[in-house]
Amino acid sequence: MATSSIHVPSADPVDNSRSFLSRLRNGDEIARLVTFLFAASVVLITVLLVYELWIASSLPRQKFGLAFFVTKLWDPVAEQFGALTFIYGTVVTAGVALSIAIPLGIGAAIFLAELAPQKLSDPLQFFIDLLAAVPSVIYGVLGVFIVIPLMRTWIAPTLKATLGFLPLFQGPAYGVGFLTAGIVLAIMVIPYIISVSREVLLSVPRDQREAALALGSTRWESTWKVVVPFARTGIMGSIFLALARALGETMAVTMVIGNTPSISSSLFAPGYSIAAVIANEFTEATGDLYLQSLIQLGLVLFLLTFILNGLARLFMLLTASRGSGTGRA
Amino acid sequence: MKRLSGLLVLGLSLAGVMLAQGGLLINGAGATFPYPIYSKWFDQFHKANGTQINYQSVGSGAGIKQVTEGTVDFGATDGPMNDDQIKAYRAKNGTGILHFPTVLGADVPTYNVPGVSESLNFTPEALAGIFLGRVSKWNDPAIANANKGVNLPGNDIVVIHRSDGSGTTYIWTDYLSKISGDWKDKVGKGTSVNWPVGLGGKGNEGVSGLVKQTPNSIGYVELIYAAQNKMTYGTVKNLAGTFVKADLASVSEAAAGASKTMPEDFRVSITNAPGKNAYPISSFTWLLIPEKFKDAAKRDAIKNFVKWAITDGQSAAEVLSYAKLPKEVVDRELKALGKVQ
Repeated sequence: MATSSIHVPSADPVDNSRSFLSRLRNGDEIARLVTFLFAASVVLITVLLVYELWIASSLPRQKFGLAFFVTKLWDPVAEQFGALTFIYGTVVTAGVALSIAIPLGIGAAIFLAELAPQKLSDPLQFFIDLLAAVPSVIYGVLGVFIVIPLMRTWIAPTLKATLGFLPLFQGPAYGVGFLTAGIVLAIMVIPYIISVSREVLLSVPRDQREAALALGSTRWESTWKVVVPFARTGIMGSIFLALARALGETMAVTMVIGNTPSISSSLFAPGYSIAAVIANEFTEATGDLYLQSLIQLGLVLFLLTFILNGLARLFMLLTASRGSGTGRA
Repeated sequence: MKRLSGLLVLGLSLAGVMLAQGGLLINGAGATFPYPIYSKWFDQFHKANGTQINYQSVGSGAGIKQVTEGTVDFGATDGPMNDDQIKAYRAKNGTGILHFPTVLGADVPTYNVPGVSESLNFTPEALAGIFLGRVSKWNDPAIANANKGVNLPGNDIVVIHRSDGSGTTYIWTDYLSKISGDWKDKVGKGTSVNWPVGLGGKGNEGVSGLVKQTPNSIGYVELIYAAQNKMTYGTVKNLAGTFVKADLASVSEAAAGASKTMPEDFRVSITNAPGKNAYPISSFTWLLIPEKFKDAAKRDAIKNFVKWAITDGQSAAEVLSYAKLPKEVVDRELKALGKVQ
């Protein structure tokens, strides 16, 4: 991200006086070239991916055009395909997941980095890293056997009794649905937020804290008003990572979301996400239009990730002037 | 080492690369439903004849696609290829493709109604009504009249269906299309359909898991899955008016009942078949064999395999809860095998 600001002497135009060969002998030029190729491969893969998805989804583009994005119907028998219900499900589950995971994750990261004694912080961090490495199907099983029954017997009735006046918490609760998928996703992405945010918080220079304390702020004030704003770019980075995982998660979501293409204001209702429908229907998709519509859904998911990430970055830029730090960490 | 080369072949064929293999190695791909019996057959056949057959259980749709594109030597499917697909095959390969039924499977209704431990009877009208969302309570007359003496609650029915594309769904929706005009017009049949109501579970295990967890629910699973997991399932009223519980005999009888009217190419649906004890939600699963082979050795090996599978191999099928082909069908298939050149 900040490569342009890093000062590498050999890459400076001033050094052009030295011959290319001598630079080559030093190895700087080779290292530069090789690492450039590595970096370029990321761009290349992204471009190739979009290109392939674009090429392989020409039929639905011709047949449905932009209506693909706003049509609710998904009928493989009649060969009518629309992505709206899946886009809705993907955005809603990711939204629920992040609204649970962000406060929990950042709170835990602050505790681990700033407040907890090292003796406690290190073993806890070990467990968090372990959680981040658990395969998603395990979280799906956890969702099926723990979250779904809890949702049906306890979470949904409690929410209905307390917040039932909101349309979000009305209607029958089957156990599976948007909220269940959001909760399972939240459990999955919290380790990412904690792990990355903690590292970022730990890397905030000690003199920042000391300066705040010297000015008479309490420990919490120095943490909340100085350290956290200083680390906000890195913390936002951890949220991007969490968002990306939440949008693209397939296995765990399909096990708990209910797999019903529908749009409902209730979070208890069953839904469907883009990644889940691709995984479910790709192998048995007969007919070119059907298959290509699924591929087009892949392209839509790519676009969605792109747009949401862009919006998040924009939000970060717009709020960057707030707080005491410059936003670099 | 054998395993390693198998993996390599799998990888290569996945990449869509045709293998010009010296030794006899046959690649197939398709339906997941018959995979347990196929893998057993291929293993036994390999031991007996030394011909190695690699089979990827990638799904019926992918099986049809791969055999059409020529990336595998044969395909396998739970729903017969339609006329368009056969036309596309002929256009691409300049020859026809033949269907060979190998074993039989069936779908059974499974449910979870609190307080009901009896096996429930389902009429076609009740099943269509439930899955269309019209019969929405367990004590609806459509269900209650066929289950006299059972204390059915007045709770809302929760419908559970497969979320992944599957042959199981194809059989289920094929049956519903036959017995209900509304289903045929509004939903139709396919490996995935636009379900009017219900929740989706991934795979047989997903459906049965949701049914077990959700009170007042009903779903459908493969007979084999229900048998292996000792699940309770309901009986279904057949064309002759009898309530039949699915088992190996009643499924085989459905095939026998349908065999008289079976077309030359075996592309037949045997749901709602005639026969006093025929189970109405049964189906064949097919191998897709090209009519012409360039490689004579491969052709002979595949013909030998099919011949062996539909005769001697059938006894292995019953052990795994697949119903055997009736004798009439086997005889006709042996004759049809002569068409493969």
